[in-house]
Amino acid sequence: MSPADDKVVGNGGRPRLRDLPNDSTTKILVVATLVCIVCAVLVSSAAVLLRPIQQRNALLQKQRDILTVAGLYDRTADLDQQFKQIEAHLVDLDTGMYSDDGDALQFDVASAVRDPNASSRIPTADDLAKIHRRAHQMPVYLVRKGTDIDTVILPIYGYGLWSTMYGYVALNSTGERVKAITFYDHGETPGLGAEIENLRWQALWAGKRTFDEQGKVALSVSKTRPAEGWADYHVDAISGATLTSVGVHNMIQYWLGEQGYGPYLSRLRDGGA
Amino acid sequence: MNTESKKALFEPLVENNPIIVQILGICSALAITNKLAPALTMSIALTAVVVGSNVAISAIRHHIPNSIRIIVQMTIIASLVILVDQILRAYAPEISKQLSVFVGLIITNCIVLGRAEAFAMKNPVWPSLLDGLGQGLGYSAILILLATFRELFGFGSLLGHQVLPLSSEGGWYVPNSMLPLAPAAFFLVALIIWGVRSWKKEQVEEADYRIQVVHRTEP
Repeated sequence: MSPADDKVVGNGGRPRLRDLPNDSTTKILVVATLVCIVCAVLVSSAAVLLRPIQQRNALLQKQRDILTVAGLYDRTADLDQQFKQIEAHLVDLDTGMYSDDGDALQFDVASAVRDPNASSRIPTADDLAKIHRRAHQMPVYLVRKGTDIDTVILPIYGYGLWSTMYGYVALNSTGERVKAITFYDHGETPGLGAEIENLRWQALWAGKRTFDEQGKVALSVSKTRPAEGWADYHVDAISGATLTSVGVHNMIQYWLGEQGYGPYLSRLRDGGA
Repeated sequence: MNTESKKALFEPLVENNPIIVQILGICSALAITNKLAPALTMSIALTAVVVGSNVAISAIRHHIPNSIRIIVQMTIIASLVILVDQILRAYAPEISKQLSVFVGLIITNCIVLGRAEAFAMKNPVWPSLLDGLGQGLGYSAILILLATFRELFGFGSLLGHQVLPLSSEGGWYVPNSMLPLAPAAFFLVALIIWGVRSWKKEQVEEADYRIQVVHRTEP
């Protein structure tokens, strides 16, 4: 901070500044401005200089989250090596075809949604996840066994009670059953809505069915007991977190539905992807 | 090192400890001491901020107008805290996630503003630096003490390494499930205060009120 100090004292062009009493209006304005400038430069240069390292960390975290939902994460082994098992693609949501127009792992949904050329507004009636805009392409991550697809991992997000919840859902090769689900970022109430992070609750999802005979999304999160024969399509809601659970339900309905990965998943079912 | 500097550096460890004597910074001492690693990081972060803010404020103390001094102090402290937060996010993302809001809350930590206002505004740079370091060490000492105890007996581990084999994994140690919770730190802080005051009687405050009989109805 002392450079600021020197400027105030030794600013040769304005010798009178030094003699000003500390509580004169000019001195107050000068000191306030200089402190602000020095602090602003400090804070913004730290943010700019450290951003590449922080982004690298975010990428590592993303790889860790994807490996975890795929059930492949081993914290003792090398992350980059482990991630070689994962195949990343970009999917055109409308056609359900791989577009691979860009690097899927680096694809930033948030900036795609802000770009009018890369995204479009979702009609209110279809906007179940309350996310307003949809990117034209979304990443998917595949785990193969030999040459056949073993697991399909879809990034999903949607609005809960207070916040947008971000997660991944892992489906089997035809997209008809859930393998696992995980949430890696949200701002729901600790102890209630934040229980979406609870591994025991997430474990309820394993083996659940996604689509009914007509190919409609039938997987639901609710408090009520499922009708006879629908237990496989039902995940028990978190008690005390009704609205968060509704948010998760809507998010699944949206992302597995026609606006989301629906076209891609139907191609998977037909063995086309 | 002269006696003055020694006093500034070591007095806050016990005699004038920010947590157990001044009773400041309790919030973070409760919240982030259930594991040793975040407590160490928090100690370093707070010490860095209090040293930095003391030095910066002391350096410009003759030019801080009285009417905006708190704002100037807060601006400097807040900038330093953001700096520390950004560095943690870059180099210790896991711990930064565990500390969550508590790094940002160093801005409102009374130790930092207290030292700026009580010491750095009136003293030259070098003594202010030592004072900041001393207060930071005093805070760190208590944090490390609490965290060592809570992690060892609450999880049976230290810095994430299993020291006491847990009964749930075939060992003999049944962890105390209250220690990981915040109230446990509250009790521990109270016990430390009790211990230190039994040792150093001069820290015991005069009671505000003394209950005494002023009127007796029966003879």
